[in-house]
Amino acid sequence: MITIIDYNAGNLTSVKRALDHLGIENCITPDPEVVSRAGRILFPGVGHAGTAMAVLRQRGLDAALLEAFGRGIPMMGICVGAQVALTRSEEADTPCLGILPGMCPRFELDDPRLTVPHMGWNTVEVVRPHFLLKDVKPGDQFYFVHAYYPQPEVASDVYATANYEHDFAAAIGRDNLFATQFHPEKSGTVGLQLLANFAKWRP
Amino acid sequence: MLSKRIISCLDVRDGALAKSVKFVDTKNIGDPVARARKYYQDGLDELVFYDITASSDKRNIMLDVVSRVAEQVFIPFSVGGGLRSVDDCAKVLLAGAEKVNVNSAAVVNPGLIAEASRAFGAQAVVLSMDVLRVAPTDAIPSGYEIVINGGRKPMGLDAIEWAKRGEGLGAGELVVNSIDADGTKDGYEINLMRQIAEAVRIPIIASGGGGMPEHLYEVLTAGRADAALIASMLHYDEYTVGEIKMYLAGRGLPIRMVNAEG
Repeated sequence: MITIIDYNAGNLTSVKRALDHLGIENCITPDPEVVSRAGRILFPGVGHAGTAMAVLRQRGLDAALLEAFGRGIPMMGICVGAQVALTRSEEADTPCLGILPGMCPRFELDDPRLTVPHMGWNTVEVVRPHFLLKDVKPGDQFYFVHAYYPQPEVASDVYATANYEHDFAAAIGRDNLFATQFHPEKSGTVGLQLLANFAKWRP
Repeated sequence: MLSKRIISCLDVRDGALAKSVKFVDTKNIGDPVARARKYYQDGLDELVFYDITASSDKRNIMLDVVSRVAEQVFIPFSVGGGLRSVDDCAKVLLAGAEKVNVNSAAVVNPGLIAEASRAFGAQAVVLSMDVLRVAPTDAIPSGYEIVINGGRKPMGLDAIEWAKRGEGLGAGELVVNSIDADGTKDGYEINLMRQIAEAVRIPIIASGGGGMPEHLYEVLTAGRADAALIASMLHYDEYTVGEIKMYLAGRGLPIRMVNAEG
């Protein structure tokens, strides 16, 4: 059973439908009590890191997620869910969960032809092996849509990178936490495989 | 490197697939959900569903289509046509779309772009614009005019100005549809796309006129579009997604190549 955290951060139903399609049991909850009993947690999200953190705090989900990380259960963040795992986001200068030391800066690009947000399919390169990334092959692309990107302080917290004028962290994690800046639920077969791997992951 | 996206537009009327030529004489050509699934499996990057249902009491049919697509198709898709309020937008997002596509209603009420952008984020709001070539005037210096209601009503609004305004109001992407090129299969309106791409810093999806892979290459290079919208090339089985992508990748464009999707 995967518990999907509802913190008003965008389209939870996309992730739910992907898990349903894979035949993986799941539920959506906004309730920290449910989170405290969860055995496997997914926190997806699109939108604004500041708003996401405000809702997490308001619902007491910030403490529940930190407690879950401490319990060692498998946890996965997606997009804004990856960004809030870091110490801080530059988006509205928001203090975040701080599970991983690091920042979330905005793309400041020299090439005027590059649009912000970074939107579309980009190649993800695995830089450290991870169970969730075990089926990603060289050249595989995933769907991104974001203006801010994760920048962990510790190099070993970065598992995959993508390039948009410069390399940035596309997948990050530590211990029982794994998080992607891209959207596996919208990345076709390679994305679905990553979610299927999460359901089997024993960190 | 970010890939150039190949997007297909499915016009849906009363729950069935239609293809318009110069916005008149539509004819039904099949089941949109089955088509969407096939294109997804063939490696298409994204889908747009445009609801051209005439009567508002049949609008719920579209929500059912959106929901069934979302259960089977795991690439991003947007939905447009007849979205007049944030509530209308919320319904299609809840049914499973990533993005909403606003067009005529946003020209009449530009506040809709800002409201939807605040409510759902800029990434979820696509401003679709129908553009007609006209003689340049003081009001329309570019010679490209915004028209609404399926191309029937000219608005005295310059397309370049409207694109910039849409970006400022919070649109995350632009679909630029040339009515002159639509349905001709003679190629995209390259000059229009390039002018808009140079005026804004959000992604441009070029629409109207795609008839062969060379046309996509032109608009994704000379036209500086980030994505190309295609319809009849795929709907009439003239090309497969794979053939188009092989061609573009062969000419050196960054393209997402996939094996058959499951």
